Amino acid sequence: MTAAPAVEAVELVKHFGDTRAVDDVSFVVPAGSVLGLLGPNGAGKTTLVRMLTTLSVPTSGTGRVAGFDIIEQPNEVRRSMGLTGQAATVDEILTGRENLKLIGALYGLPRKYVAEATERLFARFDLTHAADRMAKTYSGGMRRRLDLAVSLLAAPPILFLDEPTTGLDPMSRSGLWDVLRELVTEGTTLVLTTQYLEEADNLADEIVVVDKGKVIAAGTPTQLKDRAGKASVVVTLTNAADLDAAADLMRAHSPEVHVERGSRRVTAQAGGLGDMTRIAAVFETSGIELDDLGLARPSLDDVFLHLTGHRAETEPDAGASSSDATTEGVPS
Amino acid sequence: MTAVQTARTSVTRPPIHPPSLLRASATIVWRNLLHIRRMPEMLLDVTVQSVMFVLLFAYVFGGAIAVIGSNYREFLLPGIMVQTMVFSSAIVAMGLTSDLQKGIVDRFKSLPIPRSSVLVGRSISSLIHSSIGVLVMGLTGLLIGWRIRNGVVDGILAFLLLLLFGFALIWLGIWVGSLMRTVEAVQGFMFTVMFPLTFVANTFAPTETMTPWLRTIAEWNPVSALTQACRELWGNGPPAPADAAWPLQNPVMVSVAWSFIFIAIFAPLAVSAFRRRSRD
Repeated sequence: MTAAPAVEAVELVKHFGDTRAVDDVSFVVPAGSVLGLLGPNGAGKTTLVRMLTTLSVPTSGTGRVAGFDIIEQPNEVRRSMGLTGQAATVDEILTGRENLKLIGALYGLPRKYVAEATERLFARFDLTHAADRMAKTYSGGMRRRLDLAVSLLAAPPILFLDEPTTGLDPMSRSGLWDVLRELVTEGTTLVLTTQYLEEADNLADEIVVVDKGKVIAAGTPTQLKDRAGKASVVVTLTNAADLDAAADLMRAHSPEVHVERGSRRVTAQAGGLGDMTRIAAVFETSGIELDDLGLARPSLDDVFLHLTGHRAETEPDAGASSSDATTEGVPS
Repeated sequence: MTAVQTARTSVTRPPIHPPSLLRASATIVWRNLLHIRRMPEMLLDVTVQSVMFVLLFAYVFGGAIAVIGSNYREFLLPGIMVQTMVFSSAIVAMGLTSDLQKGIVDRFKSLPIPRSSVLVGRSISSLIHSSIGVLVMGLTGLLIGWRIRNGVVDGILAFLLLLLFGFALIWLGIWVGSLMRTVEAVQGFMFTVMFPLTFVANTFAPTETMTPWLRTIAEWNPVSALTQACRELWGNGPPAPADAAWPLQNPVMVSVAWSFIFIAIFAPLAVSAFRRRSRD
């Protein structure tokens, strides 16, 4: 569509007293893409979103949403975007339907449109059965979905989501991811904050890693993973007896090969998918039986540790699995 | 082409006509009143609680409080109505803090509406809330013998004075509500302020029998002027005794003056506190 970016942050700064919550942050989000703002609690993600959505006034710097300046043209910005805040900000005392009616009236949308859009959004978000119940009777996932329906009522081309899946169970989380992906295929630009590396990895085209108010890295998920270390081809053999033969075969294609006897695995440092297909072809003709062959990249978790020196999530068991790798595998 | 358009239905935007201050405020009032309809227990503070006050004072303490030239129940009703009105500042403060706390104000602020509509809507619905209380109070009063004895014009004037005073104190509520972080804190603070304000006055007992220093405070208390004004306009009691402080000699004028003084002090404080809270 248009070449103009959907969202821009230009040297945004926000101080709260002596705290620099956001310290000179700039980024550009092309229309129709998904930007993930990734960072731990207190990194300044929410403050960034609050500034871009005109809820908070920057100490300095500015931003543009749909081409409108957040300081000079706040009302145009508000008309162009939807916001789903950190806590689902639905009115608990109102029913689901009344929540949409309220927001529709405040946008000045035609009643008929609001009524139709409500049916459509509720059907889409699986809320039709609860439309006339007070929102306080909703589960966490339902509230999020209602919040999202409210944000989408005026069909904004740009949607900001502040930690959209925090506190949701895995089922609701993946359900919400599906909805967000659908929105993107329809052309909506998304800016989402998250503490979950997995979420950014799953949804975002472009990730901006924020820590202590500053941008410490930016790029596609793949680019960021490459920064944390090389990918490797991991081969799991059916018979432990073949381990040495397999290692020899792989040495011809990679400078560094490790053998793990206990798990019958041979790992070879690799440049990417090309190396993996070459190695797969070699095994195809070698007669060595494989259980699995795949490309392992460092996870975003590793990236985060590499960039900040600390983990993104402070779960007690997180330290134990620091070398976990995601496998983009081809079963053999 | 048709296929593409169908696939993109949800980004085809509907016409957005941002509402005027009046319409946005009216919508927010509708929402706040819907809360009251859903949770009638929200009205307990101005209904059951106030009726209980009337009955307690009229029947438990009433016999022990002597009022010259009037019966105690007639004397009491204006005082209770003023108290109900004064408490509307606590109601507005709690409502505002609750909306701020729950992120509802953020939601409103992310919409293309005049931001002042959040405050205007909240003020109007709080005034309606308190007026329901005054109405219930009036009906209870009629049942136990209270009457408006000085004609319609004076009767209405007294109700208008009550509304004006309530409106003035709403700004105090907005100020406190914008400064505090939790509903519990607001409740604690407002009730600590409101109880002495409404009791150290002529609301429930005549000031003549108080010790001199307390009597002076009570008679200069803005709540006393308003109560005296209502009593005189409704014909519920004699004029203030000759030795009463000056405000009680000119209660109507003084009530109006206090209302404007409160607006002049608290409205700027309230707006700047709300703005400051809204900038972060």
